[in-house]
Amino acid sequence: MIRIALKMLFGDRGKYVMLVSGITFATLLMVQGMSLFCGLMSWTYSTMRNVRVPIWVADPKVEQCNDNKPMRDTDITRVRSVEGVAWAVPLYQGISMARLVDGTSKMITLVGLDNNTLIGAPTRIIKGRLEDLRMPNTVILDDFGVERLSAGRSRPIGVGDVFEINDREARIVAICKSYRSFTGGPYVFTTYDRAVQYAPNQRKMLSFILAAPQPGLSEHEVAHRIAGQTGLASFTHQEFMWSTIMWYVKNTGIPINVGTIVIIGFLIGAAISGQTFYSFVLENTRHFAALRAMGASSGELCGMLIAQALLVGFIGFGTGLGLVSFMGNNLLRLGKVPFLMIWQIPVIVGVAVLVIVVISALIGIIRIVRLEPAIVFR
Amino acid sequence: MNSRGIHVQSVDKSFGRGQARTVVLKKTDFVAETGLLTMLVGPSGCGKTTLLSIIAGTLHADGGAIEVLGQRLDKMGANAVAKFRSRNLGFIFQQFNLIPTLTAAENVSVPLVIQGFGYRYAERKAREVLEWVGLEDHVNFLPAKMSGGQQQRVAIARALVHEPPIILCDEPTSSLDSENGQHVMTLLRKAATQKDRLVLVVTHDNRTYGFADHMSEMEDGKIFRTLTTHEEILRHHPPGS
Repeated sequence: MIRIALKMLFGDRGKYVMLVSGITFATLLMVQGMSLFCGLMSWTYSTMRNVRVPIWVADPKVEQCNDNKPMRDTDITRVRSVEGVAWAVPLYQGISMARLVDGTSKMITLVGLDNNTLIGAPTRIIKGRLEDLRMPNTVILDDFGVERLSAGRSRPIGVGDVFEINDREARIVAICKSYRSFTGGPYVFTTYDRAVQYAPNQRKMLSFILAAPQPGLSEHEVAHRIAGQTGLASFTHQEFMWSTIMWYVKNTGIPINVGTIVIIGFLIGAAISGQTFYSFVLENTRHFAALRAMGASSGELCGMLIAQALLVGFIGFGTGLGLVSFMGNNLLRLGKVPFLMIWQIPVIVGVAVLVIVVISALIGIIRIVRLEPAIVFR
Repeated sequence: MNSRGIHVQSVDKSFGRGQARTVVLKKTDFVAETGLLTMLVGPSGCGKTTLLSIIAGTLHADGGAIEVLGQRLDKMGANAVAKFRSRNLGFIFQQFNLIPTLTAAENVSVPLVIQGFGYRYAERKAREVLEWVGLEDHVNFLPAKMSGGQQQRVAIARALVHEPPIILCDEPTSSLDSENGQHVMTLLRKAATQKDRLVLVVTHDNRTYGFADHMSEMEDGKIFRTLTTHEEILRHHPPGS
């Protein structure tokens, strides 16, 4: 009976294409919306992705990693004195302006790393050497910075080129790969002391203290010990990441905007598929009635409808997922659009498509169950 | 009662409620035996198709007894009736009701598939029966590529493929021209006499009355006359009348 059902479905090409298109479009909208949301959320904690350390210590009022409430430099020694802390180093993070030789200015995210250890330095150096950061007035620029700061130049900016930050020279000694920041500015890495010189002068300059637990101790335990003993906010990497994400979820319109796209995608899919499937069942009512008259049970007819709906859902979902993956991997990446398709997204959208398919099948099933086979004699 | 035929006793059926209620069958009795082509004839709206639907178990009667092949259909549940139909009844409809996206062979194989036979076996049997109805060259044709007469022959093949003891036909010739109608009736008569089947034809197409062995005439929901021999039928309905 399943084979007959599928032949009936494939034979009505117009409806079949319409059904698959509905599911494809719904999948595309839902997956794209969710991937954009995850992409944007991953941008919010990109500093943490670029500077990977086990424990982040910040001012008690800090809720997310882009919040800058500077601490006193002496707070580092207070953190170091907490039992179980293996090491603790300063980190500066702030928004600055890079002034190029042609006089144009571009916004950058300036990151100052510990002078001695360079803990949190970029791990993926494309050109140049990390060690050269110890030379005077030197910085490491990320690949997005190369693109941004090269606008209008005859050749791309690179190792050995110079620009200014706050009227001070910044010589590029290396180009690295980094995760894009939420604010849109490229990352410029330098040492903590040099970053403090580049940045506009304030009474307190220490953005974060990066720390690690001693071997055998958990990050969670040591982070809570730091918070308890110093009165500072102290997070493990995971805690700070989720705190940052949740801050943006609660305090921006991003979830509502993306949620609207996802809901519209679901509704469009359900409406197109439900209506088309119902119309398909309606047009085939006489044939279903004839099958019933010939002895097919309601269960078998329902099975036929479920098979048809599931197949349409499977093909539509696969096509939609393929299209959005292609877009994500090619078009969106070219345009520097945030796009992150975590494995949970296809699973969630798959369940949503299943719901659409079940709704569509149910509409048909209700009609088929109520079907009077005697209509074939009318 | 004869366990091999159709026996309907005192069947009532009405549609609608209150003032809109229409009584279609009134204490109707009907009998058909195997090995004969029985016709149920009468003017439009007299209740022929309703009686056929009740005999087929696709419509519930309000009262009375319906015995088909010794089984009381009115006492069976819906699933049991469906199973009974799949094994014992073949159907030929006025509008053919072939599935347009299936080939002739696939359409014919449907009753066997419903009974749970494999596709290969069902299609092989379908080809044999299509050959019997003279459509061996059309096994892979879609219904839209065939004439009305050919489509009805496919429908006959579909009704015969699972070798049911009873074939129920609803106005099988009313959508066909005279020549095709005669061809279809010849096949149905052959199906009735060759395998000792019961073929019940509901019709008001008097061009086909000459094929009947047994005829029940209906009017206003009742059988008012039963003609039990071919000669008697020809006497009451002479060809060309």
